[in-house]
Amino acid sequence: MTRHIAVVSAGLSSPSSTRILADQLASAVEARLFERGEDVRLHVIELREHARALADNLLTGFPSGALAQALQTVADADAVIAVTPVFSASYSGLFKTFFDVLEPGALEGKPVLMGATAGTARHSLVLDHALRPLFSYLKATPVPTGVFAASEDFGSNAGGRLAARVDRAAAELVALLDGPSARADVPPARKLQGSTEFDPDAAGFLSFDKLRG
Amino acid sequence: MQIGIFTVGDVTPDPVNGTTPTEYEKIKNTITLAKKAEEIGLDVFATAEHHNPPFASPANPPILLSAIAAQTEKLIVSTATTLITTNDPVRLAEDYAYLQHVSDGRMDVMLGRGNTGPVYPWFGKDIRDGIPLAIENYDLLHRLWREDVVTWEGKYRTPLQGFTSTPRPLDGVPPFVWHGSIRSPEIAEQAAYYGNGFFANHIFWPASHTEQMVRLYRQRFEHYGHGDADQAIVGLGGQFFMRKNSQDAVKEYRPYFDVSPVYGHGPSLEDFSSQTPLTVGSPQQFLEKTLSFRDYVGDYQRQLFLVDHSGLPIKTVLEQMDLLGEILPDLRAGYAEGRPAHIPDAPTHGARVAAAGGAHDATVYADADAATGHRAEDA
Repeated sequence: MTRHIAVVSAGLSSPSSTRILADQLASAVEARLFERGEDVRLHVIELREHARALADNLLTGFPSGALAQALQTVADADAVIAVTPVFSASYSGLFKTFFDVLEPGALEGKPVLMGATAGTARHSLVLDHALRPLFSYLKATPVPTGVFAASEDFGSNAGGRLAARVDRAAAELVALLDGPSARADVPPARKLQGSTEFDPDAAGFLSFDKLRG
Repeated sequence: MQIGIFTVGDVTPDPVNGTTPTEYEKIKNTITLAKKAEEIGLDVFATAEHHNPPFASPANPPILLSAIAAQTEKLIVSTATTLITTNDPVRLAEDYAYLQHVSDGRMDVMLGRGNTGPVYPWFGKDIRDGIPLAIENYDLLHRLWREDVVTWEGKYRTPLQGFTSTPRPLDGVPPFVWHGSIRSPEIAEQAAYYGNGFFANHIFWPASHTEQMVRLYRQRFEHYGHGDADQAIVGLGGQFFMRKNSQDAVKEYRPYFDVSPVYGHGPSLEDFSSQTPLTVGSPQQFLEKTLSFRDYVGDYQRQLFLVDHSGLPIKTVLEQMDLLGEILPDLRAGYAEGRPAHIPDAPTHGARVAAAGGAHDATVYADADAATGHRAEDA
């Protein structure tokens, strides 16, 4: 079977250290899955390309073309690798906006590997004070090890080897792919594409009897 | 096929000349617009209900609609929408039945939830109860128009003991009800359950979404035994700005679009036009795009356009109405073309009376003592 991994990178420059970390995480996950004889498809989503569409979505309430596809890719993926640069002590606004417009329920029970980059290691707790609560709220399953990379990590091993942390996180993500889905047997609150809401035969459909209570 | 307009009554600064109408001007312009609708041969005029600036649409639409009905001959007056969540269904039953008498049946009503949180607490309600309020309140409204004496108990208003809503519906036939929604499949389900009309806002969201909503409504309409799916009663919103020359339309409308209260400062006019029903262009382009709505919702019953929004001056709005009037025969011919005979027209009072086997007066007479009401100690 083919595992679909969505790789969301909120880096802004090219090349960006955020994208480099995202690629390292993706490669590590891919390598572990290959080892087990599984096919992998990586779907890389550079949020920079959707910056304008994300702002439009906030105003109109719906995603336009390529952004709609990107959101669907994330919703359909078996797992997500999400990496953001640290801006003002948290994830970037662009990163947050993407997850703001994702349909509620889209990440439910989905393993998420979190990564963040910054100019200084003093931001490293951003993974646990900003990203982890975000993904917990979205009912995703964030892996225990998030990977933080400061500028120094790309040039030395002083803070412990980045590659080792990447590999550990990748192993944890792959292990979660095997586990029972954490997705509860409840309908997503509101999900437009491919949702049970428009399918009267689906368990989650709110028929008039249920509406009337 | 009914074709008409609806207004949200926004008092918005004109971004081109910098002026903003007064409430008096906006209200009078709205009546002018409704009369213009009849003059150019439209079938329906619908007003929003609002309770806050920047809107000058009525808090109780029957006030405006009675005035319009009094100044027109054929026009059907309606709403877009009446708030079924924050209004007392008892008052809705009374006021809209009264409007039905005043207008000789030239009315119907579209129920909606309203979409902003702050409004709910002004009326002692909570937006989190939006759907349950819409379900319970309409259930009561439905009964009040069909049962002379109602004893009722629910969650959101005080119980009723032997209550009679007056006046009784004209000719014994309740007003036709549409349920309007932008994105709630629950409302499509509700409309289907009762066999009422379903009106998809359509103008703010992509066609693919409207298609899903209407398909669900049609499917459930059939499920509940009101007819075949393609016989369900569907209405759509729409939006245009026309000039003879399409480039002139784009040039003139762009400054209004760019700062529009709803989608301004966001997508370009071109992007939004390609994603939604908005047409900015020549009458021919308007005609083609409007007739293409049927490609994804099927043959339908009512098309309402928003024309007087985003600060457009009344002079321009009336010019838009003239252009709509000129293309109207083509639009009607287009809708009629290939429309199968078994597709129903939009329900009118006359047709509903006929279907009910003719008119009968439904007045509930009370004797003189009862008319003064019971004393508290009698209860």
